[in-house]
Amino acid sequence: MPKVKINGEELEVPAGITVLQACELAGLEIPRFCYHERLSIAGNCRMCLVEVKPGPPKPQASCALPVGDKQEIFTNTPMVQKARNGVMEFLLINHPLDCPICDQGGECDLQDQAMAYGFDRSRYHENKRAVPDKELGPIVKTSMNRCIHCTRCIRFATEVAGIEELGATGRGESMEVTTYVRHTLQSELSGCIVDLCPVGALTSKPYAFEARSWELGKTESVDVMDAQGCNIRVDTRGAVVMRVLPRLNDDINEEWISDKTRHAVDGLRFQRLDRPYVRKQGKLAEATWAEAFAAIAAKLGNLEGGKVAAIAGDQCDAESMLALKDLMDALGSPNIDCRQDGAKLDGPRGSYIFNAGIRGIDQADAILLVGSNPRWEAPVLNARIRKRYLHGPCPIGSIGPAVDLTYPVERLGAGPASLRELVDGKLSFFEKLKAAKHPLVIVGMGAVARPDGAAVLAMARELVEKLSAVREDWNGFAVLHTAAARVGGLDLGLVPGEGGRDVEGILAGCEKGEISAVYLLAADEIDTKRLGKAFVIYQGHHGDAGAHRADVILPGAAYTEKNGTYVNTEGRVQQGFRASYPPGEAREDWAILRALSDRLGKRLPYDTLDQVRSRLVVVNRSFGAINEQQPGSWGPFGQGGSASDSPFVSPITNFFMTCPISRASRTMAECTASRGQAMAAE
Amino acid sequence: MLADKDRIFTNLYGIHDWRLSAARARGAWDNTKAILERGQDAIIDEMKKSGLRGRGGAGFPTGLKWSFMPKEVKDRPHYLVVNADESEPGTCKDRDIMRHDPHLLVEGCLVAGFAMRAHAGYIYVRGEFYNEAETLIAAIKEAYEAGLLGKNACGSGWHFDLYVHRGAGAYICGEETALLESLEGKKGMPRLKPPFPAGSGLYGCPSTVNNVESIAVAPTILRRGAPWFGGIGRPNNTGTKLFCISGHVNKPCNVEEEMGIPLRELIDRHAGGVRGGWDNLLAVIPGGASVPLLPKSICDTVLMDFDSLRDQKSGLGTAAVIVMDKSTDVIKAIARLSQFYKHESCGQCTPCREGTGWMWRVMERMVLGDARIEEIDALEDVTKQVEGHTICALGDAAAWPIQGLIRHFRPEMEARIRARTQKLAAE
Repeated sequence: MPKVKINGEELEVPAGITVLQACELAGLEIPRFCYHERLSIAGNCRMCLVEVKPGPPKPQASCALPVGDKQEIFTNTPMVQKARNGVMEFLLINHPLDCPICDQGGECDLQDQAMAYGFDRSRYHENKRAVPDKELGPIVKTSMNRCIHCTRCIRFATEVAGIEELGATGRGESMEVTTYVRHTLQSELSGCIVDLCPVGALTSKPYAFEARSWELGKTESVDVMDAQGCNIRVDTRGAVVMRVLPRLNDDINEEWISDKTRHAVDGLRFQRLDRPYVRKQGKLAEATWAEAFAAIAAKLGNLEGGKVAAIAGDQCDAESMLALKDLMDALGSPNIDCRQDGAKLDGPRGSYIFNAGIRGIDQADAILLVGSNPRWEAPVLNARIRKRYLHGPCPIGSIGPAVDLTYPVERLGAGPASLRELVDGKLSFFEKLKAAKHPLVIVGMGAVARPDGAAVLAMARELVEKLSAVREDWNGFAVLHTAAARVGGLDLGLVPGEGGRDVEGILAGCEKGEISAVYLLAADEIDTKRLGKAFVIYQGHHGDAGAHRADVILPGAAYTEKNGTYVNTEGRVQQGFRASYPPGEAREDWAILRALSDRLGKRLPYDTLDQVRSRLVVVNRSFGAINEQQPGSWGPFGQGGSASDSPFVSPITNFFMTCPISRASRTMAECTASRGQAMAAE
Repeated sequence: MLADKDRIFTNLYGIHDWRLSAARARGAWDNTKAILERGQDAIIDEMKKSGLRGRGGAGFPTGLKWSFMPKEVKDRPHYLVVNADESEPGTCKDRDIMRHDPHLLVEGCLVAGFAMRAHAGYIYVRGEFYNEAETLIAAIKEAYEAGLLGKNACGSGWHFDLYVHRGAGAYICGEETALLESLEGKKGMPRLKPPFPAGSGLYGCPSTVNNVESIAVAPTILRRGAPWFGGIGRPNNTGTKLFCISGHVNKPCNVEEEMGIPLRELIDRHAGGVRGGWDNLLAVIPGGASVPLLPKSICDTVLMDFDSLRDQKSGLGTAAVIVMDKSTDVIKAIARLSQFYKHESCGQCTPCREGTGWMWRVMERMVLGDARIEEIDALEDVTKQVEGHTICALGDAAAWPIQGLIRHFRPEMEARIRARTQKLAAE
């Protein structure tokens, strides 16, 4: 390890790091604009200049300079100070002095660093540069006069998002950051460039002029728009969620989140269920909690358990699902399911989680996608696969929809027949998987959420076992869910009990009149027309499909309004915290079920959230390890038999609208309108 | 004065034919095989001994540069890249080499490529040099047909291919790493160094970028020997050099002369003297637009080589001597250079992108005298903030002419400001 002297203090640093990183290890903050840990080094802002000996008698850009043994680094000499002040002055001469009306104000790198390196008046008496703003779509607002040409956005788009649409045209002070011939951004991660922009050139369009950063309450939470469990920070003002930002978590989302995660939250303001409703003479009428519970009790009191059924939705927290399951058990009903899409997943834990972990993608040296379009099903995870592709040779194959995943993919086929051929070693890609030390087989919902899903699953298992991909040090079997609640639901056993019905069975039973009452826990992704004449209780937060069909509506809390536990696709248990309160009379979901159980005379054995969480651990021990990925057990699963010829189809047809919240979001509607055509073309 | 027998560029003025047979008659391609048979290390050693310093402007020893290339070819091929993007204002030497004596360059490419273990060479020709590129391509074709290039070049057993690539007309593409970017098909923006091209250059492979003149003189040096070349000029500033004399002289010209020739002798002997006589001289920019100008008092005695000009806080640069007589508005002349650098800055790094525009705008006001005296100090401060803080040397090049102006002509600048102030006050 090289030894360096930083400002006279000796320090041993890891080999291969840059001078800037070494200074950070020494606890010194180096100002920077263009440098970003997760992007390539540009070295163009010149803010991070330091003096280095031995070296030329001029300051060096520390972000791009590798440390060397016996190097002497100075960060506080007059030369360094003068260089930084000079760069700061240059950055400011053409930067508009519009901080009071700039959305970046208060969280602006330029503002902060100008406090340290700026001067309180300008020596620049010429006209400032004017740059036309660019239209980047409904997510990113531009104010290009403020651009300091750090090129972070360009590098993000090119490297992480994998779209080469952003670039710089012109030369010298005429250089402009722009998209290719007036395209809007076509990435699902485009909102990240707003975070990356160190100034106010790129700001959030939906959030424009809405709030100041210092007015906001900040709450750490977990995203439920997809099954990746991206770590987010929810910023609220009063009861309103103003915006969502990513939190750093290298195991899951690094520091990216998708546009849906970031901008669907305006949907939390619209279409909300803020009081109970009871259907009277065919019309939903406002009701009190007592009236709603009475209506339910009147119906359920006389029913035998087999005639009652429950379906849990895709964004439910584990606590409410546990309460639902306990209530159904108490009512004597085995008819419960959390798999609205009919995914044939109910085997040992290893059969339904992303065993390798999201970090495992970095380690994988051959990847097969089965029935998945990760670009829409988990955009951040897709970016991780792209990162792996960029890092070095890693063959990536796909059986399923032909889509542009932002990295080259060898398309091996469309459906189960191709998977069969691959398993039998008839496709050359099998050799590539076989040769890999860490082969990764990603099975999407497009492969298992279909009538022959069990057979497909069995083939996938056969494949990983043939590849010896499941062993002590590596488990390359990875299920990519689309529903944030799914793994938690499966962990809690929200699958039909003995003789019970699954979602398809429940709906068929409703049609035939064999099921008389259905409890929908925020379940909106089913065909509600098939509910027949059944008595439908809908507990949820949005007036979506389920609520329209309901006979009784119990208003619940959305994910930002409750303390909830979620298990992501890799089986990692995470907790989100309440950022604001549910609107009106809406309540936390587990508490509603607890109260209802009391009214039904089947009181559930918990009164506080802590007690529910203790019970979670009793039901499944993995809930005891927060933020850790618990390995899944491996055993036989899936079902032999033949699979149909129909091709795998991703369950997502419109990335921007996949849940009640995103369907209620105006921003997502705008995104759908502006990018719908591009998506159709893909 | 350089004797005719010591001239390398014997067809500099295009009096003779540039084609292969004529070039051979003048001595080009004379037993190149024998040069190659000496081996790579001997060639590089000879180049080092000759004391040849890069003719592109920076004056880095050419032999030393070649020796930075890895001693064996591993998984990545080596490349020779020739910088023929001659865009420095006042400079037109490479152009004449390419159009009148292209075979010197082509032969030099083979020798240099062989010495650095490259099987491929690229000549990046300035976009505006259309005819020159055509001539060069024709010369390369002749060389291929004569078996001097390609497989078994000159019968040496060495495989060497040479390609010509035309630029698109950006000054910055003459910076070696921007040139590599441009050659790779990207926007011509200088790269960060390290890594240096010898470690990771064209397509990430070991590469060396040399100026046309540095390459073109190599075969002659190797044929006539390092002592011959080293015996011309002054210690550490050896050999012959092409000077491009333009501006207010009676006969602007390109001329090959000994390094270290007195500036006055160079102008008087080859360019017919300054317009209106030596005493009519105001200033000279001795090395292309990028170096600080010299007032007449220094021009009287200064020698034209790297070290003596450096001692006068200027530089030899490309040896493009721009002569200005007393009719010149020297502030306006430098302002025009500032506009050039503002226009040609690539825009990548902050000090140059913002500073060149700032300096130019202030210079334009200085031309009119529309400024305050203190602004001269501010301007000088800005040039210091640009100088040495940028990725490439364009920032320095933009700063130096202004620094030179302030150093030598500050009284003129102040006088102009005062004159305007007084005029305004009188009105």
